Amino acid sequence: MFNASLKQLSQQLAEKKISSVELTKEFLQRTRTLNPNYNAYITIDEAMSLAQAETADQMIAAGHASPLTGIPVAQKDIFCTKGWLTTCGSKMLSNFTSPYNASVIERFNRIGAVNVGKTNMDEFAMGSSNETSFYGPVRNPWDVAAVPGGSSGGSACVVAARMAPAATGTDTGGSIRQPAALCGISGIKPTYGLVSRYGMIAFASSLDQGGPMAKSTEDLALMLNVMVGFDERDSTSLQRETEDYSRDLDNPLTGLRIGLPKEYFAKGMSNDVAAAVERALDEYRKLGAEMVEVSLPNAPLSIPVYYVLAPAEASSNLSRFDGVRYGYRAKSYSDLSDMYRKSRAKGFGAEVKRRILIGTYVLSHGYYDAYYIQAQKIRRLIAQDFADAFKQCDIIMGPTTPTVAFNLGEKNNDPIQMYLSDIYTSAASLAGLPGMSIPVGFGNNNRPVGLHIIGNYFSEAQMLNVGHRYQLETDWHLRMPGV
Amino acid sequence: MQWEIVIGLEVHAQLSTQSKIFSGASIAYGAMPNTQACEVDLALPGVLPVLNKGVVERAIKFGLAVGAKINSPSIFARKNYFYPDLPKGYQISQYELPVVEGGCLRIQVDEVEKTVRLTRAHLEEDAGKSLHKDFHGMTGIDLNRAGTPLLEIVSEPDMRSSAEAVVYAKTLHSLVRWIGICDGNMQEGSFRCDANVSVRPKGSDKFGTRCEIKNLNSFRFMEKAIEFEVRRQIEILEDGGIVHQETRLYDPDRNETRSMRSKEEAHDYRYFPDPDLMPLEISEEWINQVELMLPELPEARRRRYVTAFDLSDYDAMVLTATREMADFFESAVKQLPSQAKLCANWIMGEVSGRLNKEGIEISDCPINPVQLATLLQRISDDTISGKMAKNVFDSMWRGEQDGNVDAIIENKGLKQISDSGEIEKLIDEILVANSQQVADYRSGKQKAFNSLVGQVMKATRGKANPAQVNTILKQKLS
Repeated sequence: MFNASLKQLSQQLAEKKISSVELTKEFLQRTRTLNPNYNAYITIDEAMSLAQAETADQMIAAGHASPLTGIPVAQKDIFCTKGWLTTCGSKMLSNFTSPYNASVIERFNRIGAVNVGKTNMDEFAMGSSNETSFYGPVRNPWDVAAVPGGSSGGSACVVAARMAPAATGTDTGGSIRQPAALCGISGIKPTYGLVSRYGMIAFASSLDQGGPMAKSTEDLALMLNVMVGFDERDSTSLQRETEDYSRDLDNPLTGLRIGLPKEYFAKGMSNDVAAAVERALDEYRKLGAEMVEVSLPNAPLSIPVYYVLAPAEASSNLSRFDGVRYGYRAKSYSDLSDMYRKSRAKGFGAEVKRRILIGTYVLSHGYYDAYYIQAQKIRRLIAQDFADAFKQCDIIMGPTTPTVAFNLGEKNNDPIQMYLSDIYTSAASLAGLPGMSIPVGFGNNNRPVGLHIIGNYFSEAQMLNVGHRYQLETDWHLRMPGV
Repeated sequence: MQWEIVIGLEVHAQLSTQSKIFSGASIAYGAMPNTQACEVDLALPGVLPVLNKGVVERAIKFGLAVGAKINSPSIFARKNYFYPDLPKGYQISQYELPVVEGGCLRIQVDEVEKTVRLTRAHLEEDAGKSLHKDFHGMTGIDLNRAGTPLLEIVSEPDMRSSAEAVVYAKTLHSLVRWIGICDGNMQEGSFRCDANVSVRPKGSDKFGTRCEIKNLNSFRFMEKAIEFEVRRQIEILEDGGIVHQETRLYDPDRNETRSMRSKEEAHDYRYFPDPDLMPLEISEEWINQVELMLPELPEARRRRYVTAFDLSDYDAMVLTATREMADFFESAVKQLPSQAKLCANWIMGEVSGRLNKEGIEISDCPINPVQLATLLQRISDDTISGKMAKNVFDSMWRGEQDGNVDAIIENKGLKQISDSGEIEKLIDEILVANSQQVADYRSGKQKAFNSLVGQVMKATRGKANPAQVNTILKQKLS
């Protein structure tokens, strides 16, 4: 059951072979056993989960079920969830119980999905290893010495360790795709604007995008069907016709032109990753796809550009955490500015403070033009590179990460090395393009390797099709870590 | 040395929408603290702003009314600073591309018309309030006002005296109320002014160092604060000192300005485009729609009153001080088209005087324009004298006979005697009874004539038509 697809679980629920309460209990039981080893959840509230499961069972009994009704879904702790502690992985919000639901949570609640817990994450989604969480690092289920990636490391871990059939994540520069790759699962960051950001605690508003994490692309499609939709409360939300992301899953890939950016197949990618990616590309050749070399000349600039723009927005987005209205406030202080200083100094961790400082600096008088404006210009060039590349190909592929999961503590003292984990993923974020990672085998130390698939705007259905056809031929996505 | 005063004003006009600029919460004044602050206003984690269309519509109205350029796109930017009543830690405002750019306002100071250029007008959200009373060494925060829509209207430094600054502010105040974008209530902070003041030697083409004066919450304070500030700056300069650029606060109790923060202490607001809001696009079509909603503007009405009704510039100016007053005038004139001047005189005289005395607005005037016109009609058709009309006016004000003019005249027996036979008879009696005065008049004493008129008026308790009395009396005595 723990390895069953969402479709299979849904079918069992529909056929009353199992109730949502029973299913939820199974996953909660597994979580009770495994979570202490992995620290993947920040909050588990069995009573609240089971109450939702009961509601789901009533919906199913009343004939009001849709594909994810009654299915346990783990929610990244970045989504405000009414009545649940919502910490964003930070001490700053370690006492914050949300009085309202994020749009994404509302959408899952509406169709009767069951929230089985809030997953651990890098503090305010700033990190690539889950080590910046106030709640401690998450372990990679394939090897507890390894990081699960980040920032959606908790979500990647619960799916990989089968503590939940699916989970939500958010991605700013790779935070869905990189942990999906490192944990051997599938994850997609949709086109910017498809998933409402309302109630999703902001890191970098122009880049943040919610998306699903699951075992397979088939499951991702069902999750996307719930998550995507216009929201009038988010001004950057796109008003489009409703799509069924499952509709093209089985399409043949004959004649598919796969673009391989020469910049991504250059130095930097480790041999084990390169080998797994090559094998995956071979599989696609067998499926009838053809390979085209493309170029993204400005892509190598995406990390520096990202580390100007994301911190700039973050420095402003995180100003509301001031200890005045909610969240952590220092216990003693002498005056107002001392209260701000101490609350923020103690409430935020080192990486968050580093980014607030970088962001404040690049927005400061005299530096704004040199950094922020310059970075915005390059951001447009990066988007243009992709537009040019998509004239020659239908989809772009490459490695999701340069290496397999690294060890806990390995890059802690070297932020630049840590930032380079997102070297392949951040360009698509800057361009607002959808990006997906699927598992394509194992590299060094038997740690998973992810294939990065970048599509054109709104091509999610096609990307999922491309992933699904591969997963029909392979079983990497069905491999479970020995837990 | 002769000094020239240079003043520019920044006015924050609160826009008269139902809800806030970026949330659905009400902006009604005076509610219990924090009862009108929703999750967006509280800046809970994860919330996002959504622009209120009504706010943009009001900004467009203003732009059209001052002949400005409506920018499309315009950009919302974040102004970052920490303060407890600023829940997000930044204010959403506009910086590089404001919604309204340029335009001008014509003002009239001592019968001289002058044009004040506008730099820009941009949209922004108000902050909440810090409450220092009642919290014993702590500060309370009320976020009801947080997110209230403001239009910040910035003028060029075109004013040269405190009087000009006040007239500009009053004209602007009148305009925003006229076009219905702001209620103009200064006590409630719906119309707030800051003044940038500097002085320079007369004839110099370089501006002096300016100081920004805040907290000018009445026109009177504005005048006093500017005058104080001008004196302060001139004294410094005449003593050989230099004026430092700073923000100063006006203290009405002491009638002085004092330093709030220097230029060095000024914040680096780190403005950048708000990534949560798309650039604001305003279509030509939308602008055209708003233009159709715009009422005839005060200046156009003024011109029309002078040409169509033959009023003086002064009268036209006074009557267009508010749209309500102008509408009142026009409704009255509509009933009495041949007597525009009479209508104007009564509205500027009796009506305004009475409103001022009782401290009420013309919209709450107990006499409506149709009733006033009926009263004036009775003057012009000689039913009553102008003097009697004031008596009737008092009765109407009190609501007697439901304000029915003819009923009041009838009831009080105030109808003027215009029957020449009746008046002649009366005059004959009076001439007989006052032979001495008749003799005096005939011997050239003009005073005696007035005395005789007085006798007639007295005998009719003022109801005789005075012009008629004059004519008949002269005939009889000649």
